[in-house]
Amino acid sequence: MKRIYVREEWCLGCHLCEYECAFACSGEKNMVHALKGKSIHPRIRVEDGTGIHFAVNCRHCTDMPCVKGCIAGALSRDEHGMVVIDKNKCVGCYTCVTLCPYGAIMPDGEGKAAQKCMLCTDNGLTEPNCVKHCPNNAIVFEDRG
Amino acid sequence: MNYVLIGNSTAATYAIEGIRSVDKEGSITVISEESCPAYGKPLISYYLYGKVDTAHLDYRTPAFYERMGVTLMLGEKATKIDAKKRTVLLASGKKVPYDKLLVATGSRPFLPPMEGLDRVEEKFTFMTMEDARALEQALSPQKKVLIVGAGLIGLKCLEGILDRVGGVTVVDTAPRILPSILDEEGALIVQRFLEERGVTFLLGDAAASLEARCAHLKSGKSVEFDILVVAAGVRPNVELVKEAGGDVNRGIAVNDRQETSIENVYAAGDNCESYDLAAKETRILAILPNAAQQGLVAGCCMAGGNAHFAGGIPVNAIGFFGLHVATAGVYVGESYVERSGNSYKKLFYSDNVLKGYILVDKIERAGIYTSLIRDMVPLDSIDFERVKHDPVLMAFPRETRIEKLSGGRR
Amino acid sequence: MIPFFVYPEYEVVRDYDRCISCRVCERQCANEVHAYDEKLGKMVADNTKCVNCHRCVCLCPTHALKIKKSEDTYKINANWDNALITEVHRQADTGGVLLSSMGNPKPYPVYWDKMLVNASQVTNPSIDPLREPMETTVFLGKKTANVVRDANGKIKDTMSPQLKLKTPILFSAMSYGSISYNAHESLARAAEELGIYYNTGEGGLHRDFYKYGKNTIVQVASGRFGVHSEYLETAAAIEIKMGQGAKPGIGGHLPGAKITDEVSNTRMIPKGVDAISPAPHHDIYSIEDLRQLIFSLKEATAYKKPVIVKIAAVHNVAAIASGIARSGADILAIDGYRGGTGAAPTRIRDNVGIPIELALASVDQRLREEGIRDNVSVVAAGSIRSSGDLVKAIALGADACYIGSAALLALGCHLCRSCHAGKCNWGIATQVPELVKRLNPEIGSKRLVNLVHAWTHELQEMMGGMGINSIEALRGNRLMLRGIGLTEKELSVLGIRHAGE
Repeated sequence: MKRIYVREEWCLGCHLCEYECAFACSGEKNMVHALKGKSIHPRIRVEDGTGIHFAVNCRHCTDMPCVKGCIAGALSRDEHGMVVIDKNKCVGCYTCVTLCPYGAIMPDGEGKAAQKCMLCTDNGLTEPNCVKHCPNNAIVFEDRG
Repeated sequence: MNYVLIGNSTAATYAIEGIRSVDKEGSITVISEESCPAYGKPLISYYLYGKVDTAHLDYRTPAFYERMGVTLMLGEKATKIDAKKRTVLLASGKKVPYDKLLVATGSRPFLPPMEGLDRVEEKFTFMTMEDARALEQALSPQKKVLIVGAGLIGLKCLEGILDRVGGVTVVDTAPRILPSILDEEGALIVQRFLEERGVTFLLGDAAASLEARCAHLKSGKSVEFDILVVAAGVRPNVELVKEAGGDVNRGIAVNDRQETSIENVYAAGDNCESYDLAAKETRILAILPNAAQQGLVAGCCMAGGNAHFAGGIPVNAIGFFGLHVATAGVYVGESYVERSGNSYKKLFYSDNVLKGYILVDKIERAGIYTSLIRDMVPLDSIDFERVKHDPVLMAFPRETRIEKLSGGRR
Repeated sequence: MIPFFVYPEYEVVRDYDRCISCRVCERQCANEVHAYDEKLGKMVADNTKCVNCHRCVCLCPTHALKIKKSEDTYKINANWDNALITEVHRQADTGGVLLSSMGNPKPYPVYWDKMLVNASQVTNPSIDPLREPMETTVFLGKKTANVVRDANGKIKDTMSPQLKLKTPILFSAMSYGSISYNAHESLARAAEELGIYYNTGEGGLHRDFYKYGKNTIVQVASGRFGVHSEYLETAAAIEIKMGQGAKPGIGGHLPGAKITDEVSNTRMIPKGVDAISPAPHHDIYSIEDLRQLIFSLKEATAYKKPVIVKIAAVHNVAAIASGIARSGADILAIDGYRGGTGAAPTRIRDNVGIPIELALASVDQRLREEGIRDNVSVVAAGSIRSSGDLVKAIALGADACYIGSAALLALGCHLCRSCHAGKCNWGIATQVPELVKRLNPEIGSKRLVNLVHAWTHELQEMMGGMGINSIEALRGNRLMLRGIGLTEKELSVLGIRHAGE
């Protein structure tokens, strides 16, 4: 399965991916409409250190602690291996938040359900928006097996 | 191969998936006392709260059982395991033969001895959807509710019904709420938060005797109520295995393949014991993620696969009206505390590993702390000073970090 | 003494209707122009720090930023323009030599823009490069092989070593130190993919890049930084840098701040101490001395590598070129006064040297007249801005052209001319790891390859239009050029006729 990988040697910590993620997930056509005056709740988060930055989002790991811990059956793995969340089923207990070793699943903007990266398949895009807009190719979308 | 599963909740569901990951052919029969397909047990409070509707209760899609080739025997109660004949006897008189049996019977509410309980008309426990539906029938904005037990179940029930009744009082023998997962300070924050919403707590107290609509407490106080909910803890359903001669301590004893001491009989979920990696002892870890993992391992091993359950740690996520609490591990050793407003963080560490945490209103990325506890990551191998403040992957050494983030796929 | 306040030359203009306060501009500006003002609840800019590199403009996801020329002005004066007044103030403040980067920005005539290229009509057919072969490969080196036979009467190969270029473009000398590791890697990878060459400049060659040796020209300059036998052997060719177009007659100065561990190892000089390249080579005071160095280098590399001598285009360039063509050099590189630099005294950059167009024409003419044109290949440098300039340079007599500024532009440079500050926001002219990282060589090399491919296609189109199908046939073919708006003298130096003639 193609996954998103972040190459920290090229990550600049510009945080554009977070905004592109929030934009893609907004359903709006225009970034200004989508994000102006709003606090964003991206599904990818950049960690900043001294001279080091990297973005983290769902690894779609095979271990899937979030799926196994989900009390509602809202999280599952689809036929391609992508870990997906059904927002209609999620009750926002955030057990998944306490189980994800990457810190890659989080409360959504409304605080009612959990949210996670679904590779922009839920946004109707053919390529994850963070990958497309990373100015330094630090975020790549590859099948590494 | 003929697989029989007693119980139909998290452990059983994962056991089905575990079996099918190895054996696509064998027959699988699920015996469940409940008359509905599997649902997430903790959903019942969300159901009352209105956060999930009947249409979204199913733990798996309706097509799941068919796709997995499972025969469901709903509304059937298993009464006996005949290990010699490899047969399960049902209350209905039916006999179900098995090659491999999983006992995933979970637990049941514990009813503490309370004099006069039989005089109470509207009394409920809070474990199953049936309990929740029965309680729902009784709810009305005029009625007052007394909940016995300020633990996870009692307080989730509280959240579910608070806005649908005329007032709720919670009584518990413990001096604080959520005593199994919170320390004093954390408990007080949650208690204050709930009190602001009109809940009355009577702690360090207990119902000595009950009348139809009044509880007389040990302290001498009296509490009037219309509805009584008893949520004073649970007991594991170990009897089937015990009576069949299996080893049982507090819970059913199993090895790391989830095998009981009876040949071809496995157990998984809240009814059995497992190794607590944080406390370093074997005990019942009655949490859903544990049941899932044990079920998966049991299913896989029943079908001849090779899987091991190395143990788990207690992890709890619970929220009330938007105030979220996450806890994990054990609360021993040195501690680190951060507090501001309703948010509270306490980390416990000793012997160079993180042992536990309490997070109130500050739960983002808590899973990173959980993994530190579970994986027993030596704290001197990471930037613990940063992690204390902020659960970040940045704190791991570069190699570890890259390995983690690439999932071994460079 | 407080320096005079100088109103900033450029202003950041933010469209607050579009700004979403994402702070990408803030995080990407090494000059700390942008900041989020908590009190105002919006992004603000400190124009005094802006170098107009356009990093923020490029990365702003909502295109809310632009940079505008400030309208602030001193009283208009055709003689004392704003820049001159400010520079005098600044020197009065500091007592220092003014420093600048990149090429001469002054409005001197650009002769490339005063020459037009010919095309075939009716009497000679043009060639469609998509249908017919169009050779852009060139070989650089001496073409003066004599026919010599061995004892058995077989012809001996006496051909001097040649550099084969798939297209008549090389990347100019830019040292590791003046530009970043990633910029170097981008150039090296692109050169390899393109079948051309890049040039180490006077910075030595980082060990990591030895693998690109077949596409590397190593430089030996007055400071001799980073020169050792392995360095020479690794390379495809060796260039002796006598001068640089941006700063003829003076040496180089790499500030100690840019001399990091890696740069220090590569240059074989102490870390953190300013690296001074002397103005002259102290062992070269004549063509004979130059010849000694050329043959020392040839001797050191078993006569297998061509030696390039690079000079700045100065007044007597033709006579100097004649000497170099007789000195044993294989290739002569001439660098015009618009050539780029990582740092040069402003007055030198803006006032010294001559245009490459005139220098190239006069050198080619002189060497032909003396019958020694084939002694050397000629590489023109110093602001080759497009394939149009490239075609014209070849028609004026160049065998190939060095491109430096254009290559940097491809890498992201926006010609803010602040290289000497060492805080290049594009990760090119800097050694700050956080900034160097911004240039991912995967992207950089791809952009360079794209640029050179694009120019090559255009070159082929123009050659085809002229009915010419090889660089050989275009080289020095001045009939293919006409001047426009030029004086008789300029036309005569360029050796071309006026348009309409």
